[in-house]
Amino acid sequence: MRCWDPRMETMPKEEIREMQYKLLKTLVYRLYSFSPFYHDRMKAQSVHPDDIRSLEDIRKLPFMYKRDLRDNYPDRIFTATQEDLVRYHVSSGTTGKPTVVGYTQNDLNNWTTSLARALTSCGLGRGDVMQVSYGYGLFTGGLGLHYGAERIGATVLPTSVGNTERQIELMQDLHATAIACTPSYLLHIGEVAEKMGISIGKDTDLRIGILGAEPWSETMRDRIQDWLGIKAYDIYGTSELSGPMFCECSEQNGFHVWGDLAYVEILDPETGESLGPGEKGEMVLTMLQKEALPMIRYRIGDITSFEDEVCPCGRTHTRVRRISGRVDDMLIIRGINVFPSQIEYALMEIPEVGQHFQIVVDRKGALDEMLVRVEVSPDAFSDKITELMKISKNVEHKLRNTLNVGVKVELVEPGSLPRFEGKAKRVVDRRTL
Amino acid sequence: MTETRNYIIKQISVFSENRPGRLAAIAHALEEEKINILAFSIAEANGFGVVRALVDHPKKAYDKLTSIGFNVAFTDVIAVKMRDEPGGLYEIAKILGDAKINIEYSYAYSGKEGAVLILRVDNAPAAITGILTGGGTLIETSVFH
Repeated sequence: MRCWDPRMETMPKEEIREMQYKLLKTLVYRLYSFSPFYHDRMKAQSVHPDDIRSLEDIRKLPFMYKRDLRDNYPDRIFTATQEDLVRYHVSSGTTGKPTVVGYTQNDLNNWTTSLARALTSCGLGRGDVMQVSYGYGLFTGGLGLHYGAERIGATVLPTSVGNTERQIELMQDLHATAIACTPSYLLHIGEVAEKMGISIGKDTDLRIGILGAEPWSETMRDRIQDWLGIKAYDIYGTSELSGPMFCECSEQNGFHVWGDLAYVEILDPETGESLGPGEKGEMVLTMLQKEALPMIRYRIGDITSFEDEVCPCGRTHTRVRRISGRVDDMLIIRGINVFPSQIEYALMEIPEVGQHFQIVVDRKGALDEMLVRVEVSPDAFSDKITELMKISKNVEHKLRNTLNVGVKVELVEPGSLPRFEGKAKRVVDRRTL
Repeated sequence: MTETRNYIIKQISVFSENRPGRLAAIAHALEEEKINILAFSIAEANGFGVVRALVDHPKKAYDKLTSIGFNVAFTDVIAVKMRDEPGGLYEIAKILGDAKINIEYSYAYSGKEGAVLILRVDNAPAAITGILTGGGTLIETSVFH
């Protein structure tokens, strides 16, 4: 195993926790003293920095939300002055006002270090040519990966997004071995290449994809790996954390969250109760070393679980599983958390129905009932009622296995479910509570 | 040797949600193409149905319904002539039973030239031979389309 920083990446867990406690303590004192925003939040919750006497005491601290950044647009909760900032990034603001993130030189260094460790952990280094096909500019993806790849001595090909045919020519001519982009853009590249008569697997040197910035699934990973003949790694981050930060190691089984930079909690989104390894809940991140825009117990809204055992790759830092959904989309059906993304992924494996679906939740007496409406694909339609019933039973069975809750399935005509551009609204909740 | 294919009729089957107006949508589309419906039935299951019809121009009907988004399939059926009086169905059913023909589904109509039983069976050529041998009368494909 190659590590960027072997001492840090394989530090015994107890030492990581001690380090995290010290960093947290310092951070909380600093914020209580210098951040009017967080000072007021702590006062409102009657917490004083002296109340933090162990790492677990982090649970006493108030949460931060995306809206805190929006409400304080553009820089009112920054804890560094403009003279100390060396960069801004701005998020697109699809759900409201844009949010601005500022970086000190140390913030940029930590971000780049995090990516240097991450990229090394999936087998990249000196000698590799990394095509960065994330957008360059206000978005953090392009510049983040750019500096991370340069730091480990890889050669960066900064293609940014668009002009796909030229991207494929450059990939061939300059022998790119890795590409960083969204999984859907990589699929698009694969399709365009085929039209040009080029097989990514046979006619290029590409061997690794660093894919993120949008939700994707294990099914999609299998498809990308089989079709393009590369290894596909999941990368995670958001601008509030700095940008893309954490990436899967060679095990392809969740991303390592570097303990010196961030502390992970997984909470039950309803009760706020802290969950253990393997339990699915809302991820809450505390950035332990950020200077310009500290994020404490930040509720990003992503649903996942963590593993705390030492990874087979030898790294000791907590591993977080692929994001499986968003808190805003979560439904509670008879006490069980259900995410529309789980349904989407399950349907992808059933060719008889299309990928469009609608969820209708109702309450019959005291019981929640969930109905999933799916379109029968023209190829699967037969005159036989029994065949059609078999399809709907099969979908019911697969969904029950995935969701752990019984679901009724209704077959509908193709094209009859609403189509969405951008964010889909697939849930109709008719329960009156 | 009977030419069994002379008796095989192309039925169109249309997937339809079980809600008001779906049959009207199908019928209106067929009207627009001046397609005549000779016989039809609706089979109902959990929240959806299959509309089955014999029409004078099955290919045209298929194209039209597909173009407006319906799932359509062709299914081979056969049509047996019945006497339109008490005992007419029994006569035919007995022939089918004696010939060990299994019926998947069936529907009937009574028209100007007598009653007709439409049958969907798992093995059409065998059923055709069985019915003819048992003394039944099949309607030729050309009568429909």
